[in-house]
Amino acid sequence: MKANGKVHKYGSNVDTDVIIPARYLNTQDEKELASHCMVDIDPDFVSKVKPGDIMVAEENFGCGSSREHAPIAIKASGISCVIASTFARIFYRNAINIGLPILESKEASERIQDGDQVSIDFETGTIVNETRGETYQALPFPDFIKDIMDKGGLLASLKGAEK
Amino acid sequence: MGLTMTQKILAAHAGLDTVVPGQLIRADLDMVLANDITGPVSINAFEGAGFDKVFDKSRISLVMDHFTPNKDIKSAEQCKQCRAFARRFDIDNFYDVGSMGIEHALLPEKGLVAPGEAIIGADSHTCTYGALGAFSTGVGSTDLAAGIATGQAWFKIPEAIRFELKGKLGDYVSGKDVILHIIGMIGVDGALYKSMEFTGEGLASLSMEDRLCIANMAIEAGAKNGIFMVDDITKAYVKDRIDRPYKTFAPDEDAVYERVIEIDLSKIHPTVSYPHLPENAKTIEEAVQDDIAIDQVVIGSCTNGRLSDMKAAADILKGKKIADGVRGIIIPATQQVYKDCIRLGYIDTFIDAGCIVSTPTCGPCLGGHMGILAEGERCVATTNRNFVGRMGHTKSEVYLASPAVAAASAIKGKIADPADLQGGNQ
Ligand code: SF4
Repeated sequence: MKANGKVHKYGSNVDTDVIIPARYLNTQDEKELASHCMVDIDPDFVSKVKPGDIMVAEENFGCGSSREHAPIAIKASGISCVIASTFARIFYRNAINIGLPILESKEASERIQDGDQVSIDFETGTIVNETRGETYQALPFPDFIKDIMDKGGLLASLKGAEK
Repeated sequence: MGLTMTQKILAAHAGLDTVVPGQLIRADLDMVLANDITGPVSINAFEGAGFDKVFDKSRISLVMDHFTPNKDIKSAEQCKQCRAFARRFDIDNFYDVGSMGIEHALLPEKGLVAPGEAIIGADSHTCTYGALGAFSTGVGSTDLAAGIATGQAWFKIPEAIRFELKGKLGDYVSGKDVILHIIGMIGVDGALYKSMEFTGEGLASLSMEDRLCIANMAIEAGAKNGIFMVDDITKAYVKDRIDRPYKTFAPDEDAVYERVIEIDLSKIHPTVSYPHLPENAKTIEEAVQDDIAIDQVVIGSCTNGRLSDMKAAADILKGKKIADGVRGIIIPATQQVYKDCIRLGYIDTFIDAGCIVSTPTCGPCLGGHMGILAEGERCVATTNRNFVGRMGHTKSEVYLASPAVAAASAIKGKIADPADLQGGNQ
């Protein structure tokens, strides 16, 4: 599994309320959620983002409430991976459980700038910044997490394994 | 590199010899828990994904404790859904009105969790069982649905902070004061994502009920779990409750900790956490100075609803009356605790003092029922959270304290030091 896309860069403590504000939580529809993604810190995000793009942030990404809507909105907006220095614990679990790839790398989070072109190899955890000619290393996913990503979420992957 | 207690338990449950912080593993679970609020969400996810088998009907616990006996139609429907699920899969540990108690008091009491085991629960205070030397943590509904179906969960290996305890607790100081003191010291995110491991000679002076209370509030410091070294006190507690074999895990001598914090138990005062965060901790002396009048006292919850908590309250309330204008609400956490309170005469003491005693329920702890606060009212509660609106109106206030401080405050009508009640009040 690989990803390659343009970076949308944010700072520290991006909380679930800015990822998807509570006023839009009256729906489970992924497209609708995606149409409000990041609107309170980056109103242009929805019009700029292209399928495959990558989100990069600094510390404690996804802090705040435990809403699964937040990773769902990011994934449905077309983002192929979120890289941050650290993630909030429940966001981290939720992202993996709904099949949104996320990687922790302090170096990548510090060096990568908005608009950089970045490619990721999930097999090895290698992050290549094509714009700056730099390479960073994150811990790769073990096979079962890769399987969750491939199948699109935890319950889907377990259901697949059972058959 | 040496491993912490939590790292060792997780490695063993993943079939690995060693692990490193940050590593993702898949671990086998010994127990999976949900309640009447989170159960239905997990059941919907389980059924929505098309599962038609549970991994092990003896390793799933469903406890109807939050809004029970049902406070309204919606909560009745939620229990009904859990009941139907329990019947369909013949779940062994389904606890309904009549047998239920507050989940985190009930599971240890019934011997459903043992040292060295790995437990998840769709409830953030699942971390309570770390008192027994188990790994236990709260998860979301998708995780729990997967746990019910497969008996497994994935985890990221946490780092740990080690709390090296020494000394002995003074009079009227309990496990609650220890954990409020620690949260006051490190803050509500002081242990974010990490384990809190409790070791040291000071353990010998902490009863199992003190430990359950301390581990219960690890989440209030942001921790993934709290865990105690297993010792003779642990073994004595599980002896008559657990007949299955269990393993104990001690940290390696060269275990790597993010930091080590030394706590001298003899220096801890009775502690009160002011609104609206558990980290707003002050000593009882400071709180008494502040002269804080109160409207209600709640003694109960998964933090402080056990027999020693009831005893601490009864010892102070015996032969006395609570102040005019204060409502005293006492909730033994399980049927067993309730029966013991009857046997020991505590219920008479509570009622004679002017309090009410309720059947086990979470009730007021989460602002559910049985003691909701009006605008501007103040409560001293032995619960674990004092967030805005937690027990009722957003302009009400909750002060967290031990049962001894809560009982003394009920008598005085304001936040009071149990030590000041001695003498004329005997
Ligand atoms: S007593 Fe309070 S904290 Fe404990 S499980 Fe019930 S609602 Fe949660």
